[in-house]
Amino acid sequence: MNVGWYLAVSALIFSAGAAGVLVRRNPLVILLCLELMLNAGNLALVAFSRMHGNADGQVFALIVMVVAACEVTIGLGLIVALYRRRLPIDVDELRELRG
Amino acid sequence: MSPTTWGWLVLVFPLLGLIVISLSWRRLPGRTAGYIGTSAIWLAFASAVGALVSLQGRVPADRQVTSTAFNYANSVGVDIKLTILIDPLAIWMMLIVTGVSGLIHLYSISYLGSDRGYARFFAYLNYFVFSMLLLVEAGNFAILIVGWAGVGAASYLLISFWYRRGTATEAGIKAFVINVIGDVGLVLGTYFIFKHTGTLDFLKTFDKAPDVFSSNEGDLVAGCVLLLVGAFAKSAQIPLHTWLPDAMEGPTPVSALIHAATMVTAGVYLIARMWPLFELAPSAEDVGAIFGCATLIMAATIALTQTDVKRVIAYSTMSQIGYMIMGVSVGAYSAGMFHLFTHAFFKALLFMAAGSLISAMAGEQSLDRMSGWRRALPFTFLSFMTGGLALSAVPPFSGFFSKDEILLFVGNLGGWHWALYVIGYIGALLTAIYTFRMIFRAFFGQPCEEAKELEQGHLAHAEPFNPQTGEKEDTDVGFPGPEHHIAERERPMRVAMYALAVGCVVDGLIQIPHVDNVVSNFLQPSFEASRYFGETEPDGLLIFGLALSSVLSIVGIAVAYRIWVQRPGTAARIRERFALPYRVLVNKYYWDEAYDAVIVRPLAAAGQFAQQTFERVVVDGLLVGGTTSVVRAGSATVRGLQNGFLRYYAALLLVGVAGVSLYFLLSSS
Amino acid sequence: MSAVFFFIGGLGAIAGAIGVVALRNPFYTVLALVAHLLSLAALFLLLEAQFVAAAQVIVYAGAVMVLYVFVVAYIGGQDEPLGMPGTGLKGAAMLAAGALFVELCIAMLGSGLKAIDSRGAALPADFGTPQQIGQLLLTKFLFVFEVASILLLVAAVGAVILARRRRGLEADEEEADAARRMIPSVAPPGTGSMAEGAGGVSLSPSPGEREKPKEPTPTGGW
Repeated sequence: MNVGWYLAVSALIFSAGAAGVLVRRNPLVILLCLELMLNAGNLALVAFSRMHGNADGQVFALIVMVVAACEVTIGLGLIVALYRRRLPIDVDELRELRG
Repeated sequence: MSPTTWGWLVLVFPLLGLIVISLSWRRLPGRTAGYIGTSAIWLAFASAVGALVSLQGRVPADRQVTSTAFNYANSVGVDIKLTILIDPLAIWMMLIVTGVSGLIHLYSISYLGSDRGYARFFAYLNYFVFSMLLLVEAGNFAILIVGWAGVGAASYLLISFWYRRGTATEAGIKAFVINVIGDVGLVLGTYFIFKHTGTLDFLKTFDKAPDVFSSNEGDLVAGCVLLLVGAFAKSAQIPLHTWLPDAMEGPTPVSALIHAATMVTAGVYLIARMWPLFELAPSAEDVGAIFGCATLIMAATIALTQTDVKRVIAYSTMSQIGYMIMGVSVGAYSAGMFHLFTHAFFKALLFMAAGSLISAMAGEQSLDRMSGWRRALPFTFLSFMTGGLALSAVPPFSGFFSKDEILLFVGNLGGWHWALYVIGYIGALLTAIYTFRMIFRAFFGQPCEEAKELEQGHLAHAEPFNPQTGEKEDTDVGFPGPEHHIAERERPMRVAMYALAVGCVVDGLIQIPHVDNVVSNFLQPSFEASRYFGETEPDGLLIFGLALSSVLSIVGIAVAYRIWVQRPGTAARIRERFALPYRVLVNKYYWDEAYDAVIVRPLAAAGQFAQQTFERVVVDGLLVGGTTSVVRAGSATVRGLQNGFLRYYAALLLVGVAGVSLYFLLSSS
Repeated sequence: MSAVFFFIGGLGAIAGAIGVVALRNPFYTVLALVAHLLSLAALFLLLEAQFVAAAQVIVYAGAVMVLYVFVVAYIGGQDEPLGMPGTGLKGAAMLAAGALFVELCIAMLGSGLKAIDSRGAALPADFGTPQQIGQLLLTKFLFVFEVASILLLVAAVGAVILARRRRGLEADEEEADAARRMIPSVAPPGTGSMAEGAGGVSLSPSPGEREKPKEPTPTGGW
């Protein structure tokens, strides 16, 4: 398969993730869609790495995974804190920070 | 010492008096402020005498001396220096101003003795004298304008001296506004003259004037007429005269000093000083003469009907200044100045005596309530008689010689000036009538209550009240003090009035026709090369004038005697028969009402419109409100973007990213 | 042969993605993401990235997703209702996502990347092996490696602090109750420091907090 197919898949997954962030109201699911977008980026990175024959892209993908893990940790910690304070787990209800 | 050094000293003393009183008045006990103020003026008078002696020590050709203190501004062709000009005309005015002021200060020491604003009064008086001296000693237009404005300010401060009286503050504002109109005329007139001569200095202007202006040239006439506007405002001539009767709200010494002897004569001085310009613009001279004459007769007729004693004297002042303006406008400079001198004496004396009379009446100023004070106030009565005789031009009092000289000069000019001559003598008759009307009504007849009390030795007392409106007042600061002081009981008042009375009698002696010419000779160097100064009057007209004048004054006194003393009730019958003319005269020819309708109300309405409608709707609503509402709408829109919804923010992010990548896509293709 | 695996992997990935977006129950969405991640690992293998594929399975699908599962179990998977109230941007958002996808495709297809049509460069023998990745990490990308470690430390500390209990269960519950009672009433819509500072213009009426209606200036008399 030529590399273009992988990039097409990556683009599709990225757009799907973006749409998911906008549509869903559960912050957990929004985080999951964020994961989708990150993974799409990973796929593109690895595809390009394969194209150039350079392993730098794969290292980048690894670091992205690290970052995603950290972000998930904090995000879930926030959601747990929300749940602990009996706040609604719904991004449309949580809108105190407004002008 | 040179005349100009003396001239500077004359200026310095009143200024020092002002500064000392202003800075230390809290620590000055009793009447010290009064003594300081009075001594300052007497020192100035001594310096003026010193200047006179020093000037007379020079040859006549050398008697116009200038001295510059420093250069104030020099740019765009305008050179303003602090210069004084000492010449006979200036010395004449300086002596009159400092001399009469000194006597009035002396009078005020006891007249205002119980007033809470005592020190303030003397500070204001010293400030006034300083400004007036600056005006008469000015060597260029700029300093003249400074002095002019200064006396206007002093007039306002002193008219509204009892500032808690509503009528007094209104009168002060009225005087100041009309004065400002005159100031504008003065400045514009200066401009018109400066435009061609290029210099503000007096001597240089007068030198250049014949070269730069042709006779009756437009700009020169305009400039001189505008100077006349300034003179009329300051000297209370038609049509800018309405402030003078209202200015009687001020304390009586103020009326004596400012509105009789000195400030109102500033207009006369101005025309006399500017004689080279006026002689090049005969049209302006005619304007001045006509307005002076009109004022003369109008004021005399109004004075016949007024009941407030101070207002009678005020209209008398207006009338006499009309004589002076008429005199200096037609070229009778020394005659006008002579009349200014004699008038200062007898008018100040009349005001002082009126002050004493009003004090005896416990503040009442209306002639309707006064009668029979002859026995209770003998000294005041004598003063009134002396001043009244001088004012009515009864020989051999001073007024006789001075007024007569002006009319002689006018008659001598011939042509249409005969009308002025005739009107002048009619005015003289009326002067005698209204003056003695006032004296007979106040001092003859049955004594009124207050007079009877004073004959017993008890000075009348009453609740403090406003003489014009009758409303009650108290005697705290801003109102007249609780005590009233009459001349019979206060020595300073008597001394001052003695000095003025002596002057009224003997002043005429210095310019008796064909006997001596002290005034003309003295003033000669100032009016060198004047077209009119050297003219001599024919004897026929002189003798006729003297005789007519004597006859008219005696007749006037007799008429007044008959109406108000011999046959009581005559006055009431005359008033009934001539009800309409009486009403017009009592209402002062409705000048105030006319001004109110034509100028004051439209301006007030315009101001009201500007404030209520324009300010509120256009400025606040449209301009300020419009811009702020635009800003507010914009910020509301932007604020709407921050609604707190996470997904909304994410959507905005996405839209932004899509837009940016679109841009990059397009730019790279 | 590899084409077949590509299509299986690709379809799996896409299916998983759509499942994450579309499924209502959060538990199911987590499972869909796990499927997606495994498919992605297969795609990585096809791209000669063995280590990355292994890391994907172990770290991502293994650790991170397990974390997700725990949290979903703790919180409870409520079926969330549909709809996007209060923003009205659903259509515009979907449009933007679609536009993004289109742009990416154009970028790829229209860019004329030389090698995109090819099967890729010639690869060295140890391309994508753990040895090569390890070597790169410790030589060329040492700094990045260290910084990533610090990031992990920070995240761990942050997570502990965020999810910490304060004073015991009851106190916490009381605190949470008080917080819940306070939060809707002390800050009704239209308030909050920014709302107050901006003068009270808001989407919903505010209970009269510091509203200053513009008065006409008082008309003083002459």
